[in-house]
Amino acid sequence: MTLDVLYFAWLRERIGLPRETVETGAATVAELVEELRAREDRYDMAFRDLSAIRVAVDQQLTEFDTSLSDAREVAFFPPMTGG
Amino acid sequence: MRVVVQEAPFGAGEEAERLAAGRADMGAVVTFCGLVRDTPDADLRYMEIEHYPGMTARAIEAIAAEAAARWSLGDVLVIHRHGRLAPGEAIMMVGTVAPHRADAFAAAEFLMDYLKSRAPFWKKEVTARGAAWVEAAEADEDALTRW
Repeated sequence: MTLDVLYFAWLRERIGLPRETVETGAATVAELVEELRAREDRYDMAFRDLSAIRVAVDQQLTEFDTSLSDAREVAFFPPMTGG
Repeated sequence: MRVVVQEAPFGAGEEAERLAAGRADMGAVVTFCGLVRDTPDADLRYMEIEHYPGMTARAIEAIAAEAAARWSLGDVLVIHRHGRLAPGEAIMMVGTVAPHRADAFAAAEFLMDYLKSRAPFWKKEVTARGAAWVEAAEADEDALTRW
């Protein structure tokens, strides 16, 4: 499965890119995170504390145990600071 | 309902007037504007607001629709800026129009509470000492439980 993976705010800065296309067999967001962390140190560091990270699948805020079946876009970001 | 996500400044006064124009059935307009506040311990040069272009308008529309479902409202307005903003500039505005003020006030507070922690914006403060992402406050998350 091919996914667009997006990073925002300090996650974008630590990983060093705003988005990338990822070929993955991950069934859930959590599995995708494990795959990314295994890639390189900068990913491992960025995803070290998942309590500080939020995730959206296809632009809907969701949880790390969410299934990726039919997903096209996964975004990772810190807690939002709008308003 | 009108949701606007833009880089450019907006005119809060004109927007407030436009909200209530021609609405003789409405008795109340509540507006709130959020401004870029200077940082207490270092002079703020500017604030940089990042957002998630695909998701932002949709997330705000869902919040506004929830407000419209909970209170008796004639209209809802949300304007939120992104990009580089100087101290004192308006970041965002919510406006609610309702037959009665209690609904207009409550809906405006609800909108603000949800925009704080459920709309995909991230603020970075750039001062003479460097740049730092604004951390989400626990109180902002707690504020959602009252709704």
